[in-house]
Amino acid sequence: MRRLVPFLGVALAVFAWHLAVVMTGTRLVPSPWAAVRAIGELAQKGLLLKYIVASLFRVTWGYFLALLLAIPFGIALGTWRRGELAVNPLIQVLRPISPLAWIPIAILWFGVGDLSAVFLIFLASFFPLTVTAMQAVHNIETIHLSAGTNFGLSRPQLLVRVILPAILPQLVVGMRLALGVAWLVVVAAEMIAVNSGLGFLIVDARNAGDRYDLVVAGMILIGAIGVVLDLLMRRLETLDFVRWGYASE
Amino acid sequence: MKVRFSNINHHFGSTRVLDRIDLDVKEGEFVCILGPSGCGKSTLLNIVGGFVKPSEGEVRIDDEPVTGPDPRRIFVFQERGVFPWLDVEQNISFGLFKLPEGEQRRRIDHYVQMVGLKGFEHAYPRELSGGMKQRLEVARALAVNPDVLYLDEPFGALDSITRLQMRRELLRIWEAERKTILFVTHDIEESVQLADRVVVMSQRPARIQKIVPIDIPHPRDLSDPRYIALRDSIFGEIGLAHQV
Repeated sequence: MRRLVPFLGVALAVFAWHLAVVMTGTRLVPSPWAAVRAIGELAQKGLLLKYIVASLFRVTWGYFLALLLAIPFGIALGTWRRGELAVNPLIQVLRPISPLAWIPIAILWFGVGDLSAVFLIFLASFFPLTVTAMQAVHNIETIHLSAGTNFGLSRPQLLVRVILPAILPQLVVGMRLALGVAWLVVVAAEMIAVNSGLGFLIVDARNAGDRYDLVVAGMILIGAIGVVLDLLMRRLETLDFVRWGYASE
Repeated sequence: MKVRFSNINHHFGSTRVLDRIDLDVKEGEFVCILGPSGCGKSTLLNIVGGFVKPSEGEVRIDDEPVTGPDPRRIFVFQERGVFPWLDVEQNISFGLFKLPEGEQRRRIDHYVQMVGLKGFEHAYPRELSGGMKQRLEVARALAVNPDVLYLDEPFGALDSITRLQMRRELLRIWEAERKTILFVTHDIEESVQLADRVVVMSQRPARIQKIVPIDIPHPRDLSDPRYIALRDSIFGEIGLAHQV
């Protein structure tokens, strides 16, 4: 029964939405049924899957590129005090700049297209991931590093057998948050730089004749996929090799 | 002589921590370093363990100067030292990576048995009690067959009943394996129950105030007049009357 409560909440909200639209006869918001029909229409035209895949494709590239670079970079900074002192101020200044502020520069560098969008997603995930990895290294218990060296581990062995497993729980949380940000940004990036994807769908639907049912359909899809991505990342947090980091003793 | 501290001086910034420490420890000997909290006894253990370089003086083990941590001599921290991302078996085998698989297996089984963790081989530290984690850490240390063990207030975080059991366990293991043991504690009773010799440290900057040989065979009877006399002499040495 408890598991049904969240669904019940959503169902009630949708019903209230429907009632409000029907009773006021407003043209400011399409009804939920119109949004569902719009999704059906997208599916019929073969655009539904195409746009979803396009958006996921850009996120995947930008996000994985960021993982690939930010994690080693963050670990390096975390273990190398001087490098951190040199680079950290720069990171802290760049970090609060919204990736959207980079749009003009992205277009200048990479043109209007996929590459710009991927670059923006990369930026959006790179800084938080770097900071997470760096912080996680700082949080490693000195005792564990000492024990590792005591058992005769070389530097590379220490990295693989102590540092990486020790930071993994925090890293997984950081990865989940960064993916959330990446998904936020892909939609925004597609509104400007490309001609496919869910973000594009929303802008295009408005420009091409006030199809607000398609706009809301796009919003619903974005939200739903965001939830699915988050749920998938949460699955990672239940794995044995990270679960120890969340257990309260 | 197994371990020889010669003229160790140490300071953190302008604070003197250790003052001319000279101490010899024999092979197979169980030595307790006893002193008040914050006196510098843990620093001394970290120096012999190779984790801290003394400001002056040197430690030699088997007549070689200590230059860093060494797998022949394992440091046992309070039970927080076990790796929380590894299960019991993986923790015990942590230091065995240079050995062939069969030998690893043999040692894991042996030490799981020895420290009484049979049935918990695949449990993670978060599923173990404080005493079990402490035994696990001792097992992990023993598995690499070190010739010296350094224990830094290893039972400090345990409840008093578990602490007594752990002391008995440690003595049993020591009698079976005859490692040289340096054991830091602030607990007078503990030092008299365990050690061949108790090294009494002063307040900071810590000097060796007195070395008390405990000439009672194991198992020690805690109501034995000799035990009480030795314990009281250390209480007196530290300047405490043993009355509450």
